Amino acid sequence: MNIQFTAEKLEKVKEIIARYPEGKQKSALIPVLHLAQGEFGGWLDVPVMDYVAGLLQLNPIEVYEVATFYTMFNMKPVGKYVLEVCQTGPCMICGSDQIIEHIKNKLGIKAGETTPDGLFTLKPAECLGACGYAPMMQLGKYYKEHLTIEKVDAILDELRAAATN
Amino acid sequence: MLSILYFDIITMKLLLAKADIPNIRSYEVWKANGGYESVEKAMKMTPEDILEEVKKSGLRGRGGAGFPTGMKWSFIAKPEGVPRHLVVNADESEPGTFKDRYLMEFLPHLFIEGIIISSFALGSNTSYIYIRGEYAWIPDILEAAIDEAKAAGYLGKNILGTGFDLEIYVHRGAGAYICGEETALIESIEGKRGNPRIKPPFPAVQGLWMRPTVVNNVESIAAVSPIITIGGEAYAKIGVGRSTGTKLISACGNINKPGVYEIDMTISVEEFIYSNEYCGGIPNGKRLKACIPGGSSVPILPANLLLKTAKGEPRMMNYESLSDGGFQTGSMMGSGGFIVLDEDQCVVRHTLSLAHFYMHESCGQCSPCREGTGWMYRILKNLEYGKGQMKDIDLLWDVQRRIEGNTICPLGDAAAWPVAAAIRHFRDEFEWHVTHPEEAQQRNFGLAHYADPLEVIV
Ligand SMILES: Cc1cc2nc3c(=O)[nH]c(=O)nc-3n(C[C@H](O)[C@H](O)[C@H](O)COP(=O)(O)O)c2cc1C
Ligand code: SF4
Ligand code: FES
Repeated sequence: MNIQFTAEKLEKVKEIIARYPEGKQKSALIPVLHLAQGEFGGWLDVPVMDYVAGLLQLNPIEVYEVATFYTMFNMKPVGKYVLEVCQTGPCMICGSDQIIEHIKNKLGIKAGETTPDGLFTLKPAECLGACGYAPMMQLGKYYKEHLTIEKVDAILDELRAAATN
Repeated sequence: MLSILYFDIITMKLLLAKADIPNIRSYEVWKANGGYESVEKAMKMTPEDILEEVKKSGLRGRGGAGFPTGMKWSFIAKPEGVPRHLVVNADESEPGTFKDRYLMEFLPHLFIEGIIISSFALGSNTSYIYIRGEYAWIPDILEAAIDEAKAAGYLGKNILGTGFDLEIYVHRGAGAYICGEETALIESIEGKRGNPRIKPPFPAVQGLWMRPTVVNNVESIAAVSPIITIGGEAYAKIGVGRSTGTKLISACGNINKPGVYEIDMTISVEEFIYSNEYCGGIPNGKRLKACIPGGSSVPILPANLLLKTAKGEPRMMNYESLSDGGFQTGSMMGSGGFIVLDEDQCVVRHTLSLAHFYMHESCGQCSPCREGTGWMYRILKNLEYGKGQMKDIDLLWDVQRRIEGNTICPLGDAAAWPVAAAIRHFRDEFEWHVTHPEEAQQRNFGLAHYADPLEVIV
């Protein structure tokens, strides 16, 4: 893969750097890593992190340190769709265990694994700030809330259909 | 007179009064409903006057610790020529808490009004909103509102001709509960791992980029807008004692109507859980077993101690009453994350889930927290799955005690307290898991005696 932001994304990077004082471009690191993960296949491979380091004039180690600290950054390849199902107390009370079990059985994968067709990754998550709308999961940019087994099935079918089209 | 026009004074809603107005997210609708009056008013005041109003209001930080906001602001250092910053804490990751999300998602302009006034009072020309990365759609909402406010002259250069300049930027985190701790948050904005700093120096003296910084919760900052509109004194008259104003409670768990509620801190816990105006009672005719009233880090209480204090008085939804009895028989208001457990829930299992959370979220800097959270998780796992022994319960107690107070930041305490409270109040249930290892895999301990009337200690 050619690791190079488009001109439009580079413009965005500039805009992000400008939010912070002169010489504090390191502050742009997390926002730029989000951009990079979105752009280069949903995870942060070493060459991607090195590219970001170059953009922000940081040592590669400064980028690795940060990327590995935050759970939203994937350090290995993930499926096209990442199902981040919340498993913390309030969601658990409302049945998140059953939702996770169902997804495991239906997709034949364990937590943290990706289906062989590369479509789905199951990534159990900690509280996502949606406890009143439990059980729930994060799917890309948005949340899917008030989950039921039927709703999960419908979501999976929809995603599968979207992927084959 | 403003208060009569723009706030719902019957139900005392200062923050959420306008939440149901269609399209209230847009500047036009917000403005047409009294929006930006608080900013107009504040810009005619001096920063000192604003600080005075906030002090008079008695507003206490809504992020969890309840520290008086006016006092916090008065600590900010003002060295000549050094910029100062307001950073709003929108990391909201404490299990049970989802109120800041509601404010930002549905009332962005209320929030921005609060930021403008607070920044003016503190002398911050660049303020940041640090929002948890998972709330990925909310920055778009906030940035749209910021653009609208700017177009209307409430942000940018020389706001309303006062000479005051302000830019607000939204900074996304990337999934780390610890970044809600204010010094970890500052490190994170600086582009580092979220490791809390050793204090002092305090952020008010050396915070973001070593500049004087105030970190406040979203709800605290939003509350500054109505405080300026109605005045600090009027705000302080709402509520009771040192619990002034209104508080957002995010209610979840086994209740009929989970959601975000604004309360004026004069209602009882019982009314909050059972009345139709709030949680609407417990589904399927089940009985109340336990509750964590202020986010996962505060002590869990059995039903009997939740509804009444050890003195036999009704427990109220305010700072003082929720903490009445200290850790022995009370809990805390915390962040207002109200988690209700019905009779079918297992306290051991729930505590295990929280222990997993804290183990996952420990930044790993201090050994009592890094090792202790993992240790507690493993002991709890054994107990929950019928592999525990009686002495494990004592060991668990011992481990949590060794974490508390021995760490750089309060996450260690936050991990220890739920475990301590669970053992303190639900020891029978832990013991039953040891004495009935097989049965405990088939069914839960149930309500047991946890809702029985208590003998009042006078
Ligand atoms: C582990 C930990 C997590 C925290 N998470 C949050 C949070 O998500 N949001 C928040 O406002 N405060 C959080 N706090 C409290 C902040 O450190 C800080 O006290 C608060 O943002 C101050 O704002 P306030 O005075 O307006 O409440 C957390 C504290 C700790 C120790
Ligand atoms: S108490 Fe835990 S989270 Fe806080 S600094 Fe120490 S190791 Fe990190
Ligand atoms: S516990 Fe699942 S969103 Fe909070």
